[in-house]
Amino acid sequence: MFLALLSALLLGGSAHAQSAAPYGIGRPATAEQIKGWDIDIRGDDGRGLPPGKGTVKQGEELYLSQCASCHGEFGEGNGRWPELMGGKGTLTSDDPRKTVGSYWPYAPTLFDYIRRTMPFTAPQSLSDDEVYAITAYILNLNDLLPADATLDAAGLVAIRLPNRDGFIEGDPRPDTASPAAPCMTNCRKAPPKVTSDLAERLGVTPSRKPKD
Amino acid sequence: MATHDRNEVARHVAAMSATSQPVLSARRRLLMGAGVAAASGALLHPKLALAKGSENLPPNVPDWTRSLGTGVNEKPYGVPSSFEKNVVRRNVEWLTATEQSSVNFTPLPELDGIITPSGLCFERHHAGVPEIDPAQHRLVIHGMVARPLIFTMDDLVRFPSTSRILFLECPANGGMEWKGAQMDGCQFTHGMVHCCEWTGVALSTLLAEAGVLPEAKWMLAEGADGAAMTRSIPLAKALDDCIVCYAQNGERIRPEQGYPVRLMVPGWEGNVNVKWLRRLKLGDRPWHHREETSKYTDLMPDGKARQFTFTMDANSVVTAPCPEKPLKFGKGFYEIRGLAWSGHGRIKRVDVSVDGGNNWQTAVLQEPVLSKALTRFRLPWTWDGAPTLVQSRAIDETGYVQPTIEQLRAARGVNSIYHKNAQQTWRVNPDGTVNNVQIL
Repeated sequence: MFLALLSALLLGGSAHAQSAAPYGIGRPATAEQIKGWDIDIRGDDGRGLPPGKGTVKQGEELYLSQCASCHGEFGEGNGRWPELMGGKGTLTSDDPRKTVGSYWPYAPTLFDYIRRTMPFTAPQSLSDDEVYAITAYILNLNDLLPADATLDAAGLVAIRLPNRDGFIEGDPRPDTASPAAPCMTNCRKAPPKVTSDLAERLGVTPSRKPKD
Repeated sequence: MATHDRNEVARHVAAMSATSQPVLSARRRLLMGAGVAAASGALLHPKLALAKGSENLPPNVPDWTRSLGTGVNEKPYGVPSSFEKNVVRRNVEWLTATEQSSVNFTPLPELDGIITPSGLCFERHHAGVPEIDPAQHRLVIHGMVARPLIFTMDDLVRFPSTSRILFLECPANGGMEWKGAQMDGCQFTHGMVHCCEWTGVALSTLLAEAGVLPEAKWMLAEGADGAAMTRSIPLAKALDDCIVCYAQNGERIRPEQGYPVRLMVPGWEGNVNVKWLRRLKLGDRPWHHREETSKYTDLMPDGKARQFTFTMDANSVVTAPCPEKPLKFGKGFYEIRGLAWSGHGRIKRVDVSVDGGNNWQTAVLQEPVLSKALTRFRLPWTWDGAPTLVQSRAIDETGYVQPTIEQLRAARGVNSIYHKNAQQTWRVNPDGTVNNVQIL
């Protein structure tokens, strides 16, 4: 009885951090195992950034051989492959261009993303120094790092991207009205007018490709 | 090209809607002719005299009735009838740069009920489908936990299990339609959703096994694919109803859906339901990774973007009629059929309009009506042959009413890409063909 009460108190004090695993299934993950997979870097403070460094110059060479075929020599993008530079001032336009320079809030996220998934056909093949160098070059393409700069963890965390304050955390939805008794009869003030029949003209259906 | 195809459909519709009497008469004439020929001694098999495609129709006895079928083990893993080759996922090549980082669409108009067959669930990958050996796959839980743990697949299956029927929708479903009707097919306007029975171990069970430390507030989920896809998920949701799944519709998860193990986050945008799950890390803040900053954020007209808009609001679509399902019998009876779903819980009601939203009728909901699952609705209807604007409007158990596209645009502009859940309008043309339109 006393033991049960004690364990209940312990459980209540720390709802999920029980002193013993309830089922005893699985093995302790060793520091060595975790080290190989623990690649995440936190965007806002760069936590997890590894030692190492790279220059814009080194980055340019790597970028031209590893990245430019998809992203363009100057980060301008190639076809529907993502552009990496430019786009400043377009976020309120009809054609927003979301790039590292115009949209991304945090520079360390760039290191995280390149390291975990680039180059597209050989992810996690770059060394940390190489990732720093390519990151430096992309920041340079966006006028966020001088051409003669060397980038390391401290330098990357110190870079403030232009759209740093461009995000609203927290979900403001629902943002449309939900009447308690939605209208059922004679709801329209005027007869319906078709405003867009683009689909018919584009004609993209399961049996048809879009027309040029 | 569109006009040409539409004419083709129109001809088809005309043929189907014409009285069938002349066809029967023609057949009767043929059969009578054959009979006369046989009687006169010309041994012409009746079937030879019939048009191809009708040789198995009554009064003839079909080929398949007069022959032996294949044995039980002809196909140890069954596949659909060869006559159902049209029922497949499809992509739109020009949408993305490469098929490895792309999307295809569930053929919603071809499906009945609420369960999506595993092989027809839309696909969205960021670095292709990995081929993972389950014997060498591991799930690691670490970070702000008392006991960092590593699990084999056998370990995960050994835990107490749970099953749930859940929809999963990409938040970009319908994202091509913000500025206007663009895709003339229900498969493309709404096909980034599927609904399956998922089985696995409750994430809360695994987290209790590792012992969550009090300072933990967020969880990073990471995939084992070439994108090592990551998303930050609030711990409250992780402990609420998430499932670490190894089975889909009764069998092991399909490779393209995350084999051998994926995260299911009920009612939340597809991207956080990380496939090929290899790592869960607990922390005190979100990670602000690429897929939750550069992507999957909703750009508003003022240039600010909403971040962490996780829940999929109530949505619905009429799957018949739709561009792929024209009214091919002319005027007369049709059952309007469709699907509704909400990331906030159960669908409470679906209304259908056949006059562009002036008048609405409440559709019948097919049981079971499950929380955060596709719900099938139906409404009997007689088409008078006139041009018709068909719409559906879902209401979920929170009282949320699915908005019109104009309401959504007024709230969010046209550049947010994600979370477009507006009422869909199909225009039925006098010839029975159907187009995707938007109305005011």
